[in-house]
Amino acid sequence: MRYDQLVLSFGEIALKGKNRQMFSDLLFHRVRERLRDLPNVKVRMPYDHIEIDLNGANGDEVAERLRHVFGVQSIRAAIETNLDLQEMQAGALKVLLGEQANRPIRTFKISTKRKNKKYPTPSNELNHLIGAHVLRNTEGIKVDVHHPDLEIKVEVLENRARISGRTYEAAGGLPVGSAGKVLLLLSGGIDSPVAGYQLMRRGATVEAIHFHSPPYTSDRARQKVIDLAEKLHFYGGDVKLHIVPFTEAQLAIRDSLPESYRMTIMRRMMLRIAERVAEQRGALALATGESLGQVASQTLESMNTINEVTNLPVLRPLIAMDKVDIMTIAKEIDTYDISIRPYEDCCTLFLPRAPKTKPNREHANRFEKNLPIDALVQAAVDGIETIDIGRHEDSMDALL
Amino acid sequence: MIYLDNSATTKPYPEVLDTYKTVAEEYFANPSSLHKLGGRAEALLNKCRAQAARLLNVKEQEIIFTSGGTEGNNTAIKGVAFGYRQRGKHMITTKVEHPASRAAFEQLEALGYDVTYLDVDREGRISVDDVKRALRDDTILVSVIHVNNELGTIQPVEEIGNLLKERPKTLFHVDHVQGFTKVPLDFYEAGIDLCTISGHKIHGPRGTGILFIREGVQLSPLLAGGGQEHGLRSGTENLPAIAAFVRAMRMTMERARTGIAALDKLSKRIRQALEELPGVTVNTPKQGAAPHILNATVHGLRAEVFIHALEEEGIYISTKSACSSKESEASAVLLACGIPEEAARQAVRISLSFENTPEEIERFLQTFARKLSELKNAME
Repeated sequence: MRYDQLVLSFGEIALKGKNRQMFSDLLFHRVRERLRDLPNVKVRMPYDHIEIDLNGANGDEVAERLRHVFGVQSIRAAIETNLDLQEMQAGALKVLLGEQANRPIRTFKISTKRKNKKYPTPSNELNHLIGAHVLRNTEGIKVDVHHPDLEIKVEVLENRARISGRTYEAAGGLPVGSAGKVLLLLSGGIDSPVAGYQLMRRGATVEAIHFHSPPYTSDRARQKVIDLAEKLHFYGGDVKLHIVPFTEAQLAIRDSLPESYRMTIMRRMMLRIAERVAEQRGALALATGESLGQVASQTLESMNTINEVTNLPVLRPLIAMDKVDIMTIAKEIDTYDISIRPYEDCCTLFLPRAPKTKPNREHANRFEKNLPIDALVQAAVDGIETIDIGRHEDSMDALL
Repeated sequence: MIYLDNSATTKPYPEVLDTYKTVAEEYFANPSSLHKLGGRAEALLNKCRAQAARLLNVKEQEIIFTSGGTEGNNTAIKGVAFGYRQRGKHMITTKVEHPASRAAFEQLEALGYDVTYLDVDREGRISVDDVKRALRDDTILVSVIHVNNELGTIQPVEEIGNLLKERPKTLFHVDHVQGFTKVPLDFYEAGIDLCTISGHKIHGPRGTGILFIREGVQLSPLLAGGGQEHGLRSGTENLPAIAAFVRAMRMTMERARTGIAALDKLSKRIRQALEELPGVTVNTPKQGAAPHILNATVHGLRAEVFIHALEEEGIYISTKSACSSKESEASAVLLACGIPEEAARQAVRISLSFENTPEEIERFLQTFARKLSELKNAME
């Protein structure tokens, strides 16, 4: 059975007050963007939801694309009939049989809503009339109004009825672009892409910064980060990836600092560089995938010492999450398999076997006196290569 | 030329050959090499896998690239036999498999495995009940060809898959070589654990294919070595062919969106025209068959003679499957359906691709009718 329509319901946007129009317009735009290559599919936005006319397109495939558009809470697939009772009854039966071909259904219920209050039959009576028709024409199926295997929603509209069966869970959140820009420190590990995803889900536009130290880190490590950024691009529109040449700074740190503080100072350098890029790019905050206590750089002492070098808010969406939960999300959003590719990134270069887990600001500042900080930051920023993940035409894509 | 032997192989798309050439020239490095060139080759290989996974609606790690249908079937069947021999030694398949499966099972029988070959009905179809009856506690694999390569008959793989969903210890392999892009199949929904597809049946290059291996299935690899393809198929990856194949997949699947309905029309037209001809019987079932294969018996004429007569006019069709057409025996598949030996020897196969046009088909049908009456007159 083919559905005619998808109906997208808003999540949190529906709770917005005066700003609501801004959020829903943005969401409408995101949805249209995602369907741009399907010219037959038409998108409309009445007040509190989005309607999509499939015009022959496969509902499952379209829903799969829209499931990941932040701001969409759930998606229902529907068919349309006229307001004739027999048509509605036949429609509900069709929906049930169609769903039954897909999964076992033993119980159902009909939920009618009359948006058209002039329609003569009350909703409750419609429930009975339509439900009875379904029961008469099926075998082994019962009504269960509390926990049905399938809820068939019948909406009585101005001059048509919409009957929906299949539902898809969607990502929820707020549309990307509604919350300003964040610069994400993207390492290539499991956590930082998840952090980026979470922020996108709250409406942030994410740009990413990655520190690359050739020849100590390889082209494959760089490619891995590009691949991760591409995954983020799938969820959150255009993603700019800034690749920072970090070798010089790392070598300077290795050569002029006590081993135990190398990691702490390296992180401070990263934040300094990131802050400069954030200023250039108009990002109002930095973001990391840090989770409290996970590794030496993520103790409170470390964060306190590292954070000293920037005035920007450093958002840490994973701060209170367990590693296993982060891994679960990474698998769901399809970044996990990329993150576990075994290429060394700059974070693990030249590190002591036992980095300081309780550094302090005073020591860090004292050790940094040996380091030409401004020059190193400037050189790194000057050498940045920016890849526009949404736009860059990959020569490989043209081959496939 | 009117090429109607697409179930034997298809003509590669020009774009596919372009990709082959470019990749062979510019991405010649070994994807396992550490240097930048190797990295680029590896990145391209990853992209190929990602695109294939997306097109098949499965996970990237569930795809291994193979050399084609024969390797896919052998890897699946023997891989399960060897990998799960502790669990049992019984396997179920059908009497109408492609030789790439049948011969693999025969090898396993020689090694002491117990194989049940299910009978088919007059249309070449097994029954789900027969599968159910054949299942035993030690059954480790059910392997079924989705679309029969000689008849086009579609086997009830979704129903078999449903039946097997309740038996996690029995794996399900589908030989989807003929069906791929012509008869849609959702691997997860159909409860499939292993699925074989081949590149050269969909306008890709020879020597390419994919074996889908559902996450969690532990195959014993046929080719041991450097650990490529998740350790399941060692050997330096044939990147030019893989990239070309993945491109062909994308192109063919795009064509399939409108192409399947068009194919269906063409094969209905062929059926209708052939059924009107005296002494021609269509063997492919009317219902439950793929839209691109039509098998028919031309009574009183040796199939070979008829093939050559058509080829003089630039029209190419075949006798039974190309993989066994050089043997002189009648088709085992047709015999299994209960078609008499004489009629089986006189069967020809017309197989279409999305490239065939209605005009070609009309010309083919006219020529078919004319040659048929010429040959019959000559014999009288």
